[in-house]
Amino acid sequence: MAEMRTLHVFRGDQSGGEEVAYEVPVESGMVVLDAVHQIQATQAPDLAVRWNCKAARCGSCSAEVNGHPRLMCKTRLDAIEGEIHVRPMKAFPVIRDLVTDVSWNYEKAKQIEPFAPKEPAPFTMYQRDVERSQQFRKCIECFLCQDVCHVLREHSAKEQYFGPRFMIKIAELEMHPMDGADRVPFTSHQAGVGMCNITKCCQEVCPEHIHLTDDAIIPLKERVADREWDPIRALFRKPAVR
Amino acid sequence: MTDGMIERLRYDVVILGAGGAGLRAAIEAARPGVKVAVLSKSLLGKAHTVMAEGGMAVSFGNLDPQDCWQTHFYDTMRGGKFLNHYRMAEIFAKEAPDRVVELEQWGAVFDRTPEGRISQRAFGAHSFRRLAHVGDRTGLELIRTLQYKGIHSGMDIYQEVTATHLFQDGAGRPTGVFAYHRQSGTFCVFEAKAVVIATGGWGRMYKVTSNSWESTGEGAALAMRAGAEMKDMEMVQFHPTGMVWPPGARGLLVTEGVRGEGGILLNSEGERFMLRYDPEKKDLSSRDVVARSIYKEVQAGRGSPHGGAFLDITHRGADFIKRKLPNMYDQYLSLADIDITKQPFEVAPTIHYTMGGISVDPETGATSLEGLFAAGESACGLHGANRLGGNSLTDLLVFGRRVGIGACDYAASRQEWTAPSASQVAEAEAAALAPLDRAEGENPYQLHKDLQELMGEHAAIARNRELAEAGLAKLEALKLRSKRLASPGSRMYNPGWHAVFEVEAMVLLAEAILQGALWREESRGAHWRLDFPDADDQGFGQANSICRLDGDEVKLSTRPVPQMPAELAALFSSGQLPVRQGTDQGGHS
Repeated sequence: MAEMRTLHVFRGDQSGGEEVAYEVPVESGMVVLDAVHQIQATQAPDLAVRWNCKAARCGSCSAEVNGHPRLMCKTRLDAIEGEIHVRPMKAFPVIRDLVTDVSWNYEKAKQIEPFAPKEPAPFTMYQRDVERSQQFRKCIECFLCQDVCHVLREHSAKEQYFGPRFMIKIAELEMHPMDGADRVPFTSHQAGVGMCNITKCCQEVCPEHIHLTDDAIIPLKERVADREWDPIRALFRKPAVR
Repeated sequence: MTDGMIERLRYDVVILGAGGAGLRAAIEAARPGVKVAVLSKSLLGKAHTVMAEGGMAVSFGNLDPQDCWQTHFYDTMRGGKFLNHYRMAEIFAKEAPDRVVELEQWGAVFDRTPEGRISQRAFGAHSFRRLAHVGDRTGLELIRTLQYKGIHSGMDIYQEVTATHLFQDGAGRPTGVFAYHRQSGTFCVFEAKAVVIATGGWGRMYKVTSNSWESTGEGAALAMRAGAEMKDMEMVQFHPTGMVWPPGARGLLVTEGVRGEGGILLNSEGERFMLRYDPEKKDLSSRDVVARSIYKEVQAGRGSPHGGAFLDITHRGADFIKRKLPNMYDQYLSLADIDITKQPFEVAPTIHYTMGGISVDPETGATSLEGLFAAGESACGLHGANRLGGNSLTDLLVFGRRVGIGACDYAASRQEWTAPSASQVAEAEAAALAPLDRAEGENPYQLHKDLQELMGEHAAIARNRELAEAGLAKLEALKLRSKRLASPGSRMYNPGWHAVFEVEAMVLLAEAILQGALWREESRGAHWRLDFPDADDQGFGQANSICRLDGDEVKLSTRPVPQMPAELAALFSSGQLPVRQGTDQGGHS
């Protein structure tokens, strides 16, 4: 007989719900998403879960495993000791079971000014100059950084801060060698970079190992500070309407 | 009827699928005054396109200045064993450079050459270093670029919406689709003048596959049920290198980039066996050849412990590997506890791509059904009997754009709207709801598994007449079972309900694959018949298979492969590789 493990999976919707225990036969190297699929196929065909690639490329299967924001396809059962609890991301409203409503992210994405090339492609750009932008473009939009961000998770300040995902989106564009737009005022005001208090939780959970805080958010804060708080510049500035 | 409750929306062009082809089509179709809707069964940016790793083939010649469209065309036709539609390959090779530059214009950030140009890497059966790439995540780069271009291009994108039925007028022309919102389970009718199928392939009808959840062929099945012609369905590509272990990761793609960057294949005796099978192109031979070679090594008892071959790239050093193949390094370390910078790792063939699909017009992507269009993996014609690595991403761009123009022009030519009738809508609604209402019925997950086993046994890498015939016989039982699939639970985000539509589609497409596999009595590209081991260039090699749905039966017929005009045919008759002449600029590697 195969070894069995118990998964406690959240079942429910907006109106509430509870964890349900499922017994799953374990194969070597099995990940949490495999176990969830096993449950779907044999015990609960309507268990709601998002997934696409099962290879950590698409960022669909974000959830919280024993309280930690994780991609289920990259979380091995043999790395978890004791009970396994799988719950939906907390920072977003649950739709059903492990599926949350992440549409807020797509609304924010639309508000950021798109890439504005200074000249027509093909560009001459050197590897060292594109590396920062490329790092942020590794983002798979799993929104785990948004899930773990205190500003969004504990304080629900979604009206004031776009969250780490969109800080690196802005940084990616701002640091593109051929981009000609200026998103610094937007970053400060609408996107609310000042709300981040640099706990670096986002870069700890990033499955792509992107240095969100160090390489994007802090440099963006510096650009905002340079522009808005430089005392010499302030002398020449007209009073701005915020 | 309940039609009054169902929302109706009206668009000039409705595009099914938000992968590379669908998004590129939408960007092109969304001209001022043209209403375009994109329906995506997943969230935006999650389509199977993200899984493409190695790059997009384009004859810039940034590293090898001899490269030109003629060479790319030549390689593509040769790789496809001349079953390709020459005109598609010609358009493709000629337009690829503009499409990739356009992607850079829209914000894609490719890896660079020391001179600051787009870098290009070697890949299987490409004569020159040709693949524009970003590490081993080129598909992500493509879809993210199109996604962010798309959201600012004035189209409406419907996320987690699945189409279950294509409405047609009396002449068979599409008038719209019936769809449901997966999150709420509510229905919606999208009325349209033109419909584009860009829903990808159907690799998930096989168990060992590199394909993501998407690739279940619903879009192609919609087209087929509506009467569109399917072409060369027997052509299903095995990628030679998928993961073998652990079981949950079996089939996951190991990019051809590993071999492109110098990796070599070894058997259990440590022999570099590709030197024997293809002394010229070696480990970078075309995918059909490498996949078959691994299969033969395993059959001869020289396989790796889990039934594959070893891939070794340790000689390139840890720094190089982590920089050029970061995802591969991470994938093996996290899933299999293997450090690919220190040891060889096991790989085996995995179902990767469906060359066959909806037959389309090369210029516009029009299918055999007026008003219905198709592009990308769901369409057929460019790749022939075997797709070259790197050609699919460029395919999405070139023919995504063309189908966008084709559908938009067609919609403009249609003056009047024909709305689906109330009874048509009621019928589609009843069909969609049936699995929820069936108290006792087949479990779609189980039927999917049974289909995967059938296809793995009867339409896999090595085929013969008996296998195909027995497969078709077994499929009859599955077809019956697929008519009474049941999915308990509510309408809200119910994956079991969605699985019903996927399985119905795959059972239909499987029949076409098996019929094609039975009919083609030769070995060509991905199609390897043990009972007909040689290519039959004068016979079967001159014909494309065509499958159509006739009532409940899939009917196979044939059509001659289109013949190249003299100037293109001349590229193959000289016995020499066509290259760009008289260029000595650039090209330092």
